[in-house]
Amino acid sequence: MHHKKKNNTKIFKQFGAFIRKEFYHVFRDKRTLLVMFALPAVQILLFGFALTNELKNANIMVVNQASSIESKEITDKIEASPFFTIKMAEHNAENVETYIKQGKIKAVVIFPENFGRATGKDNTVQLITEGTDPNIAKTIINYINAIIGDYQLTELNKNGTKMPFTIDVEVAMLYNPELNGSMMFIPGVIAMVMMIVCTTLTAVSVVREKEFGSFEVLLVSPLRPILVLISKALPYFVLSFANLIIILLMSKYILGVPLKGSVFLLMAESMLFILTCLTFGLLFSSIAETQAVAMLLSMMGMLLPTILFTGFIFPLENMPTFYQWLANIVPAKWYFIVVKDIMLKGVGFASIWKETAILGGMTITLTALSLLKFKKRMQ
Amino acid sequence: MKHKELIVDGVNITDKYAIYAENLTKKFGDFTAVNNISFNVEKGEIFGFLGANGAGKTTAMRILSGLIKPTSGTAYVAGYDVYKEQEKIKNNIGYMSQKFSLYEDLTVVENIKFYGTIYGVKPKENKERTFTLLETLNLQNEANKLVGSLPLGWKQKLAFSVAIFHIPKIVFLDEPTSGVDPITRRQFWDLIYDASNKGITVFVTTHYMDEAEYCNRISLMVDGKIAAMGSPAELKNKYKANDVNEVFYHLAHSAKRIE
Amino acid sequence: MKIIEINNLTKTYNKGKVIALDNINLAVEESEIFGLIGPDGAGKTTLFRLLTTLLTPDKGNAKVLGYDIVEDFEAIRESVGYMPGRFSLYSDLTVKENLQFFATLFDTTIEENYHLIKDIYEQIEPFKNRRAGNLSGGMKQKLALSCALIHKPKLLFLDEPTTGIDPVSRVDLWNMLKKLGREGITIFVSTPYMDEATKCDRIAFIDNGHILNIESPENIITNYKQNLFAVKSEKTYLLLKALEKFPKTINSYAFGEYAHVVLNGDENQLKEYLVQNDFKEIDIKKIDPNIEDCFIEEIRVISQHNRGINEA
Repeated sequence: MHHKKKNNTKIFKQFGAFIRKEFYHVFRDKRTLLVMFALPAVQILLFGFALTNELKNANIMVVNQASSIESKEITDKIEASPFFTIKMAEHNAENVETYIKQGKIKAVVIFPENFGRATGKDNTVQLITEGTDPNIAKTIINYINAIIGDYQLTELNKNGTKMPFTIDVEVAMLYNPELNGSMMFIPGVIAMVMMIVCTTLTAVSVVREKEFGSFEVLLVSPLRPILVLISKALPYFVLSFANLIIILLMSKYILGVPLKGSVFLLMAESMLFILTCLTFGLLFSSIAETQAVAMLLSMMGMLLPTILFTGFIFPLENMPTFYQWLANIVPAKWYFIVVKDIMLKGVGFASIWKETAILGGMTITLTALSLLKFKKRMQ
Repeated sequence: MKHKELIVDGVNITDKYAIYAENLTKKFGDFTAVNNISFNVEKGEIFGFLGANGAGKTTAMRILSGLIKPTSGTAYVAGYDVYKEQEKIKNNIGYMSQKFSLYEDLTVVENIKFYGTIYGVKPKENKERTFTLLETLNLQNEANKLVGSLPLGWKQKLAFSVAIFHIPKIVFLDEPTSGVDPITRRQFWDLIYDASNKGITVFVTTHYMDEAEYCNRISLMVDGKIAAMGSPAELKNKYKANDVNEVFYHLAHSAKRIE
Repeated sequence: MKIIEINNLTKTYNKGKVIALDNINLAVEESEIFGLIGPDGAGKTTLFRLLTTLLTPDKGNAKVLGYDIVEDFEAIRESVGYMPGRFSLYSDLTVKENLQFFATLFDTTIEENYHLIKDIYEQIEPFKNRRAGNLSGGMKQKLALSCALIHKPKLLFLDEPTTGIDPVSRVDLWNMLKKLGREGITIFVSTPYMDEATKCDRIAFIDNGHILNIESPENIITNYKQNLFAVKSEKTYLLLKALEKFPKTINSYAFGEYAHVVLNGDENQLKEYLVQNDFKEIDIKKIDPNIEDCFIEEIRVISQHNRGINEA
């Protein structure tokens, strides 16, 4: 027993020494540190401001099936606004989809046959927008809503207190019904930054030891290989977490992105994702022999799929089935769903257990794989 | 085009010396890497530049090969000013170091052709000299092999031949024989002698003290200064030493700085 | 017990295309300094990596401290010290931090084995807060040696500890190794510098994956049977060329200010030949060989032997 206890303290001591060394490496490499913390901030600001497009003279189409005074008045109001140009006006909705597909118009306003004061109190205006650029789609919806609301207000004033009739705007979105993207880049950036910090830096830090020859010494020491891996990963785990908090604070207080769900749940899920990324980094480090290869592997192997297949820049719904299927093996996709759901929808664990399970499964598989691939010897 | 002549104390140094350095100093911040050194290397001479690690050898060599500017002092290499004519210096020297000299993933012939071309050797000339070079080094059968697959000794001999391929006035050799076996090391020095016989000035650093004896003159740097200079025989006489190793040990052991 | 015992060890790379070590046999006794002497590419580093369990052999086996290098690799890693050829300390850590790290790694403290590294460490101690990357080559090697020694290993593997460092630091390092040998630590060391061979108790010449000779340096020199002369004249370069042409020359090569000549004859015949060829200030003396002469002779005999095989 005594021996075992001594052995345990020995392992803790070794572990402590190793981790201290790793932190020295991290904090003395000022440039990498700067990149690590400045990069997410820049990205948040870049995406945050670049994606809020100003809307000006968007081409829209009006399908007036009602030919009532009211529909005419609303159409005029839309035409008069600086935001829209009515490119087409037709009486039926047959060609709507074709026009949108051809990119001739961004949105369609449809007045149904029975639209107008005469037909009763409740009226509905249909609004169909093209959703591949969610920011524009959302802005269009807001503006049309505002114009119609404004019209109702004028009508109200004309008729004193009596409300002549109410108008509902029924919104339909083509190609991106969930409106992914408007604030979606925040979860996307989080996923991307985790990928860079955890995967790339972990991989590079292990491979650097290989290049400098110190890895040989570590191998020929009594240190257990698993300790080498954990010690290498731990500092980056901490740094990634710090980074995550910075990103979240920035998104909330600078960009005003809501955080509807539980902060703790978000943190817990993020830790899981960080772990996934770290294991990827360790796996790459066992494959790569030079820092350049480690870098390329993690960039091509992780960063690119994250950007392409997560759905925060290119909506997955628009992709061919094969790519949608491919996206399933990209961990960032699942994390993206989790963050989106917690932050923007405010859901609890019950709704995201499936994604969590997938991420957990990936992490365990990867850990097993990197332990298996970890070479106790050289080649 | 003949460059301008430089007369110092009535001596035309461009005619007489391959390298002329006077009070040459290089500081990095507070640290004086090269401290007020003066020396000349005559044309066609084999000049050994010795010193402990960190004595300032590399810095001095970088100044002379036009890679960095000195802080103060005067130096002319192949008659060109190290302050203003660094590009001309580079065209007139060859350089070889133990660390990098040839591309391992290029073949022998590709390496030669590459260096010949960047030093402006004409294609026809290039071909002829390549042929002679391969013959001299007995590398005809290896001409199309990757340099990476050659033994170190062959690589170093090839690297040297490439460094003097454009027939420079001076060739700088930075520890060219480090780790090479005794036999190849001697073959390497045969090449150096041949080059020197053809009029190329050789400026060489080495950690093998027996190689220092092959030089016409050697200088010994300690803590950024030249502690001793002369022919190996003169130095051994002066310090009553049996070989250059003892001279070196005597002088360098008193060194203060370790950087 | 032999500290290291190697039997018919063979290692190839590239699926057998490159033979790094060819059927090596040797044994190292307790507390001796055993030198592996040979040029770059001879197979020194491969042998080190096999013995430190970083590589596995293709054929043959070896025991280190009684443990098999394949089966018992963990036991070997617990008890040996290793300093690879490339500088392997952390350049962004200070001298002190590096030493501390390696001490903890091997479950010891700097204080516990300070006496072992005292002589070396005292020289670098004034710079203990300097980053290892800013040390000179000699100082780096001294620090690396301190780190390899800090856990008082029974057996120390040093792969070219003196390569690329200046002669003064080299002498220092060897003095330290001598002292460690007296402490009972067995040292297995390699070097490309022939003159360092005399500092070892026994040496093995290695060339092209083959061990040529295992002996004490004294015996290697005593076993040298050729007539060796040192020759000097006023024209070194031409002298070397002339010596090559002399019919009674078996081998000739430059050696410092002299040329060394292995002769199939006596000095008078050589002198006569040189005088005939207009050499002046001729100085010829019969000399005892040094290790480098012995190595060159070994290689000559082998290549002559190989040529014989090729021609036959």
